[in-house]
Formats: sequence, structure tokens, C-alpha cells
Amino acid sequence: MTALTGARIGVITFPGTLDDRDAARAVRLAGAEAVALWHADADLQGVDAVVLPGGFSYGDYLRAGAISRFAPAMSAVVDAANGGMPVLGICNGFQILTEAHLLPGSMVKNDHLHFVCREQSLVVENASTAWTNQFEAGQRITIPLKNQDGQFVADEHVLDELEGEGRVVFRYDGWNPNGSRRDIAGISNARGNVVGLMPHPEHAVEAGFGPAGAEGPRAGTDGLTFFTSVLASLVSA
Amino acid sequence: MGRVVVEVMPKPEILDPQGKAVVGALPRLGFTQFTSVRQGKRFELEVDGDVTPEILAAAQEAAETLLSNPVIEDVVSVVDATEVPA
Repeated sequence: MTALTGARIGVITFPGTLDDRDAARAVRLAGAEAVALWHADADLQGVDAVVLPGGFSYGDYLRAGAISRFAPAMSAVVDAANGGMPVLGICNGFQILTEAHLLPGSMVKNDHLHFVCREQSLVVENASTAWTNQFEAGQRITIPLKNQDGQFVADEHVLDELEGEGRVVFRYDGWNPNGSRRDIAGISNARGNVVGLMPHPEHAVEAGFGPAGAEGPRAGTDGLTFFTSVLASLVSA
Repeated sequence: MGRVVVEVMPKPEILDPQGKAVVGALPRLGFTQFTSVRQGKRFELEVDGDVTPEILAAAQEAAETLLSNPVIEDVVSVVDATEVPA
């Protein structure tokens, strides 16, 4: 598929990243050019947006995302994010964003202690961020979830602030799979250009290879809307 | 050679799933007297030469910025643990 929009979206690979190729594929399916970025390189190659994909960067040593935060590419991402560039952190990418202080809170081990892998229903609470503007507020979507350290925690003051400012972007629907505070699955920064979530939109972008959808098994493509949303936000910017 | 030991524990209000798993396993070995376990981290930082107040201050800063995440963990001690030759 050719890049219809001319938008270039970077996907950063850290040592131990797993889902960079799926993220790049999602970018291409949405109609943009995927640009492979390397953690040790501070040059973001002029991309319009960045995805921090899932995996186990640095083996989750110390804390999930704790070492990746100091990668040269992350210094550039922090500067660009503060300047308004859209940044999406998925799973381990979300953990890296909290360690880099681009998003508040942190993730600890799932309350039930088990790795969890399932098709997860979510409620889109905020449909005005750079990565969710093509959803409807209150829309229920299904995308895969797979994590060990997925329990979102923050103190009550921070949670109240997130709720009050509409920065809870996704909430777990039906069942809270990891004990996250207030069923929070994803959050954004105040500006709405930085979004992090534990579930994986990049695994639900093509019919036949996604979770169950309205059209049948593996038909779900709810994840693609994250990537078409950022393209819409880039066009309108 | 000097050594600084840093200890980090999960905050009391954060559920410690690893400690929970350990306390669940202890009775299987007959240890029924332990009602709670919390699992933390111990770091041993080595330096050439003595542990000066400046070294300790640097270790404290490292403990608060990298070795722990203040959202979920507390730095409970940063001490000079240099072994004195007998």
C-alpha cells in the first residue's frame, strides 16, 4: 500500500521490543509511511508522529521501561512531545512514557500475578485526542491485551486530576484484567497529543488477522482507528 | 574499594504482588508463622576509594531518579557498607 497522506510515522525499536513490525504495518495500512527508528539514534528523521511499541525492552530489568527512558531516541521524543508531536505508547511503550514522565502514574505486576492474553473490550472515554479522534466518545472497541505488568497505579490525587481533565482515554469494559485503578486502560497528557495504553491496537488492523469483530472471527479492525485518527489530526494541524 | 548499599521497597499503599506470591508459598514448606511478605530491591554500588559524603549524596540522587520510581517505590536506605578488613 502506498502512503496516501504523505505522513511519516516513526516506530522506535529498543532492545527487546517485540511489536515494532506490527506497529509499522498498522501505520502502512492506515495510509502513512512507517519510518523505522532506532533507540540509540537521537535523530527522529523528521517524522510527524512516533509510536513506542510493545515488548520487553531491556528485559524489563529494574522496572518495565525504566532503562529505555534514557535512550537517546527518548530524549528526542520527550522534546518533540512537549512541542506537540503525537506520541502513542503501547504496552511497554506506555510503561516507557510513564518512566519518561510524559504520562503520570506507573504500571506494576497484574494483581492476580499471571500473564494475561485476551481479546479485551474497552470503552473510549475521550474521543478528542490525537490518537482517538475518529472514535465516538463512549464507543466500545475490542483489541488484544497481553501483559504481565499491566496494573495502572497512581495516587488518588493524580487519578482525580486525570478524571477531572478528561485524560482517562480508555477504560476496561466488563472485566478489569490486571487490577488497574479505576479500570483505567489508557491515559493522555493534558494536550492530548501523548497517549499511552496497555492493550494493543496494532494487532487489530486487518480483517482476518484481528480479534473477533461484528463480521465474525478475527474480523475486528478497531485498532486501525488509532492510526487513522493520528493521520486526521496531522492533516488538520 | 568502597560500597554503598541502596534498598528500595514498594510503597505501603501499593499492593506487592510478588510478596503476595511468596507469602502464599511459605506454608507449603511448613512456614505458617509469616503472615505478610513484601519484596524489595537491594543495590550494591561500588566505587574506587572511600565512600565520601559526596559519593553518598550521588548514590541518594541515583536511588531517587533511576533505582526507584517514586510513584510506586520508596528509597528506604542509602548506607556506606564498605567492608573493613579484619
